[in-house]
Amino acid sequence: MIVTKQLKKAFGNHEVLKGIDQHIKQGEKVVVIGPSGSGKSTFLRCLNLLEEPTGGEIWFEGVNITDQHNDINKMRQKMGMVFQQFNLFPHLSVLENITLAPIKLKKNTREAANERAMELLRRIGLEEKATAFPNQLSGGQKQRIAIVRALAMDPDVMLFDEPTSALDPEMVGEVLELMRELANEGMTMVVVTHEMGFAREVANRVLFIDDGIVKEENEPSDFFSHPKDPRLQEFLSKVL
Amino acid sequence: MNTILEKLQNIYDSFYNAIVPEQRYLAYINGLKITLIISLFAVLLGVVIGVIVAVIKVCGAHTKVLIVRLLGKLCDLYITVIRGTPLMVQLLIIYNLIFTSRDTNPILVGTVCFGINSGAYVAEIVRAGINAVDSGQMEAGRSLGFNWLQTMWYIILPQAIKNILPALGNEFIVLVKETSVASVIAVNDLTKNAQYIGSRTWDLIPPLLIAAAIYLVIVVVLGRLLNILERRLAKGDRH
Repeated sequence: MIVTKQLKKAFGNHEVLKGIDQHIKQGEKVVVIGPSGSGKSTFLRCLNLLEEPTGGEIWFEGVNITDQHNDINKMRQKMGMVFQQFNLFPHLSVLENITLAPIKLKKNTREAANERAMELLRRIGLEEKATAFPNQLSGGQKQRIAIVRALAMDPDVMLFDEPTSALDPEMVGEVLELMRELANEGMTMVVVTHEMGFAREVANRVLFIDDGIVKEENEPSDFFSHPKDPRLQEFLSKVL
Repeated sequence: MNTILEKLQNIYDSFYNAIVPEQRYLAYINGLKITLIISLFAVLLGVVIGVIVAVIKVCGAHTKVLIVRLLGKLCDLYITVIRGTPLMVQLLIIYNLIFTSRDTNPILVGTVCFGINSGAYVAEIVRAGINAVDSGQMEAGRSLGFNWLQTMWYIILPQAIKNILPALGNEFIVLVKETSVASVIAVNDLTKNAQYIGSRTWDLIPPLLIAAAIYLVIVVVLGRLLNILERRLAKGDRH
């Protein structure tokens, strides 16, 4: 579904990604871990071109999205993204946050979009918050609504950029629970996180990115119990 | 005691003369109408110009597209020229140079000129407002599939306008007062009519004081209205 070929990204002279080749398949849940500054968030943000790669190619559903001639805005409608800082729109109500893109991008009529939004809100138990504004919500509620906002566009893949890192510890659980549900429903997911428990439980594949390259990748049980790369061993000994 | 009463009587008479005979109060009302018309349309024009210029400038600073970068430079030039020259000179130049045809409408000239002038100041205010919106908002909009301009229109600008409303209100208030300069191109606005009445009664101070009081009332009322609007828009900020 998503293929990266020798993906490179440099900020000025600082090379953050030094050539990443990955193939993320339909329905796969890929968790990306690594020390801070390793390039894992940059890798994720390159996948929907929020960061423009300085080298290599990215293919999404058979289309080279790094080719300038392809309409990235159309592609992004199929790639939901969830941010560390939620990035809800503070001037819009919860319902409007969810329906803005489907309505304005002509994906849905207003009625259909509202109906779908309420259905999604009911699912996460927040339908009574439909008319509330983002700053009246807790961090966990904000992040779950951000996830639902992305889902309202019916994406084929969801990208999560440290979705629980800005949350109070007691709110991490509710967000991870929703992500777990999504995973069980077969959503293709790429998740950058520090939640090792989530990685172990949900991922099909875990990537360890360090120094701009994928140092090790494996299915989670082997990844965590038999790490081969010395940097990964050191990293896991610190975080587990 | 008598002299004080006499002075008061004199003051009363001069104000009476400035208002009542020959239906002079109508001159204030008509002048006020023109002042308000020029202010209103100049504010609208200024906001339209200001938002467009600000968006082009912000876009020009973030894009590699040559034409947009050039447009950005052009907007820089516009702001530099407008802010670097006196309003009255701009007004005289536009009146004498650009609108030279015989049936030039000075009210239209005034409106256009004040709008163009205000646009430069509004542009800088709006630009600051746009830059103050968290960059995550642009990313969130783009990640949903909006293009740059759509994100700007639906997500960034509404937040920016809310943030800059006090500064924008201040600009409106300044503009209302600045329209008094329009009297130099023969616009019969409030200031001009006050001067005219003064020349008729040989007593300039009372009509000017009356004009000043009217400006003050407009500005205070405008300030109140903006306060109300600000509170309405702040509803999303309350906890």
